[in-house]
Amino acid sequence: MSKVDFNKETGPREVFCGLTSIVWLHRRMPDAFFLVVGSRTCAHLIQSAAGVMIFAEPRFGTAILEEKDLAGLADAHEELDRVVNDLIARRPEIKTLFLVGSCPSEVIKLDLATVAEKLNKRFLGQVRFVNYSGSGIETTFTQGEDGALKALIPLMESTDEAKLLLVGTLANNVEDRFKKIFRNLGISNIESFPPRQSTELPKIGKNTKVLLTQPYLSDTVRDLKHRGCEIISAPFPLGIEGSTEWFLAAAKAFKISELKVHEIISPLINRAKLALESHKEILKGKRLFLLPESQLEISLARFLHNECEMDLIEVGTPYLNKDLMKEEINLLPDNTKIVEGQHVEKQLDRVRKSNPDLVVCGMGLANPLEAEGISTKWSIEMVFSPIHGIDQAADLAALFSKPLRRNQILTSKTLVTH
Amino acid sequence: MELTLWTYEGPPHVGAMRIASSMKDIHYVLHAPQGDTYADLLFTMIERRGQRPPVTYTTFQARDLGGDTAELVKKNIKEAVERFKPKTLLVGESCTAELIQDQPGALAKGMGFDMPIVNLELPAYSKKENWGASETFYQLTRTLLKEKVISTEKISPLRWKELGRRPKVNILGPSLLGFRCRDDVIEIQRILSEQGIDTNVVAPLGASPDDIERLIDAEINICLYKEIAETSCEWLRRNFGMEFTNTIPIGIKNTIEFINEVHNKLGLPLTNKEELEHKSKLPWYSKSVDSNYLTGKRVFIFGDGTHSIAAAKIAKEELGFEVVGLGTYSREMARQVRATAKELNLEALITNNYLEVEDAMKKTAPELVLGTQMERHSAKRLGIPCSVISTPMHVQDVPARYSPQMGWEGANVIFDDWVHPLMMGLEEHLIDMFKHDFEFVDGHQSHLGHTATKTEDFVNSDDKEDKNSKKGIIWTESGRAELTKIPFFVRGKVKTNTEKYAISRGLSEISDETLYDAKAYFS
Repeated sequence: MSKVDFNKETGPREVFCGLTSIVWLHRRMPDAFFLVVGSRTCAHLIQSAAGVMIFAEPRFGTAILEEKDLAGLADAHEELDRVVNDLIARRPEIKTLFLVGSCPSEVIKLDLATVAEKLNKRFLGQVRFVNYSGSGIETTFTQGEDGALKALIPLMESTDEAKLLLVGTLANNVEDRFKKIFRNLGISNIESFPPRQSTELPKIGKNTKVLLTQPYLSDTVRDLKHRGCEIISAPFPLGIEGSTEWFLAAAKAFKISELKVHEIISPLINRAKLALESHKEILKGKRLFLLPESQLEISLARFLHNECEMDLIEVGTPYLNKDLMKEEINLLPDNTKIVEGQHVEKQLDRVRKSNPDLVVCGMGLANPLEAEGISTKWSIEMVFSPIHGIDQAADLAALFSKPLRRNQILTSKTLVTH
Repeated sequence: MELTLWTYEGPPHVGAMRIASSMKDIHYVLHAPQGDTYADLLFTMIERRGQRPPVTYTTFQARDLGGDTAELVKKNIKEAVERFKPKTLLVGESCTAELIQDQPGALAKGMGFDMPIVNLELPAYSKKENWGASETFYQLTRTLLKEKVISTEKISPLRWKELGRRPKVNILGPSLLGFRCRDDVIEIQRILSEQGIDTNVVAPLGASPDDIERLIDAEINICLYKEIAETSCEWLRRNFGMEFTNTIPIGIKNTIEFINEVHNKLGLPLTNKEELEHKSKLPWYSKSVDSNYLTGKRVFIFGDGTHSIAAAKIAKEELGFEVVGLGTYSREMARQVRATAKELNLEALITNNYLEVEDAMKKTAPELVLGTQMERHSAKRLGIPCSVISTPMHVQDVPARYSPQMGWEGANVIFDDWVHPLMMGLEEHLIDMFKHDFEFVDGHQSHLGHTATKTEDFVNSDDKEDKNSKKGIIWTESGRAELTKIPFFVRGKVKTNTEKYAISRGLSEISDETLYDAKAYFS
């Protein structure tokens, strides 16, 4: 492990909770519905983060707890039953219904597992029910996906068939690219988790080799291991370097020669490097500060330093699983300052003091920092954009070069100012 | 438990944040888990604020619940006070913290600070955002002024005469995330100042706790948004005798009535009565022959209480529309909206479910929808023009230009905003009429998308609900061609009527002649 500087911080945080991950999970599995059991705050959070209005009827919603639901838990269970019945009558196309726990449902100890079990019996053969927690007292932002995937694992049948399983939500086009490349490498049996249809869950077992596409899946990894899956240790497929190492690690696990990998991905690397040039020109030597939110921060820092030559001031992460992030941390430059957790006020003090060229942060902080003259990139875009793989390296860099380029244009002295 | 896919209002603590963020020298310590920090983006993204809301979230986690969350609250309060040095501290909790009952307000009061502390108890499982804003503004006003109640004489609205100065009023209710509040305040201040009336304090928007303490220097209060300020205005009347206005100055008639009301209350003679009619272009624009086609346009209205009621009045009395639907999501103002609906022979729709609103919209088949951003989306799906008149806020509702809803300029803005989508409707009609001309460029489409222009599809397709009843009826080529010539906005109705007629006569085909037979029959 390289000599990075690990720090921990506690205090007030400025991050989304796990419910936010519904925003991309529901797009990945169009036959699923995500029903949050929570408060008006939960409903408001999701609609504020997701632009719900564009849907005629979204595939996620909130069963809002009311005064009377808090009085007796038995009644709350009955009420939830009623809401689910109404929902299924209205949306017969739903194949899987996720009951998603929230802060209030966790605090009043609403037993969603029991509710799901009962509903599974009643709707046998029609709708499957699974439950997980997206609550902000337990999960941050992307950890919601970890919870959702973990909840699906018990439904996955066992197999001894040898296969490569890509784990973590990917944009469909990126997934297709990855599969094509793996097939070219000679790995033919490739599946993804989560799948594109919630009912088409991959089978898993001792000959399943898991390759993670996202760094925030600690609990899912643990349960996949329990089911006998082998976890391929690799950095994450962000940027050319990360993606190359990722392909190499998979190839090694399938006993495919390094030479073969290079043969197939070299043309991709060459054109990606070319595409990256113009962004590197802007990013080179610029100083970067990453605030914690998506757990992608370490991989992004590695990419932006190693391939775009940015200088890293501080890399925040809401949660650090040193084991899962081992390969990534190895690729970081020495003395990189990693801060796990947050005291948002103290961290912003450090942002101001360090005078960064770019800050990666949440939407609540971006405009206030811009108003102070600090360029920002909001982190939520990272989980909505197709950024994985060699072919997307330039697109990933563009997310960071764009605000700097814009800043250059707008502060250009050639404009006549009034 | 209530299934909600989308909600018009946030939780009550977001209302409290609206008050805190609107003001200066205030800080709000909110006992809440980390996810609740999303609310900051409402201000920094939607309202494009360059400052963070003055809110410290305690962001307690599951592991804190076993230990001492009360200590965590106190630590956060202490740090927030040291860092932000507020003149007044608001302390409260969000939905989850309400369940663990740490009573952060009481904790704060026991910490020995010398600044006023407002303990906000906003029941998250029964109340909503606007109520939370109203309650916060009320509790804040009460906390800062209650000690002056005994020592202050009842305030006479005529006091300015004895004091030998111009009359002073407070403008209460404008807040962040309120619909066009920023510009309404400028417009109303301008109108008052033209009448020789000074503004003492605007609150909460831009006010500090010191300003709240100065509220009683004014003679009367202007209650600009009842959702936010009515409770505070009532308290100020009860305790200080301060009168407050009831008329919301949206539209010409209401603006004039508002000016009259203010003058009556202050005992100030109104000297420029005739002038007022000409302050806005709306009356003449509405009277000009070009606007004849607006007569009887069917309009569906849904929004918060204040803007829905005002819109109904303007639509009917100032633009000559026919109001075919009226409703609100503001339960606190349901009574007033019901009364307004009754005057229009309608039953008000009081709901927080946007799908119900969309259904009502479909049933009433309006030609214009005045609603929130959600109704804009619903209307777009139905191919109906729409103008947004109310919160919940969207980044588009914070325009860069001066764009009030109130007063003279507000009436100008309303005329343009409501009529222009319809102009597009007329243009649509022209495009439809001229589309067979050789000069016409194929693919010319308006903002309404394809719904209104695709004549052929419309003629040929069976509407879902009609499928069964209309089975067996065929439109002949001549019938279809004739239907195409009918302006799109009545085509649907003509089609349904003709089919109804054909069924009643047992006809299996509709030709151009059948169409004219039906026309004669129904006329």
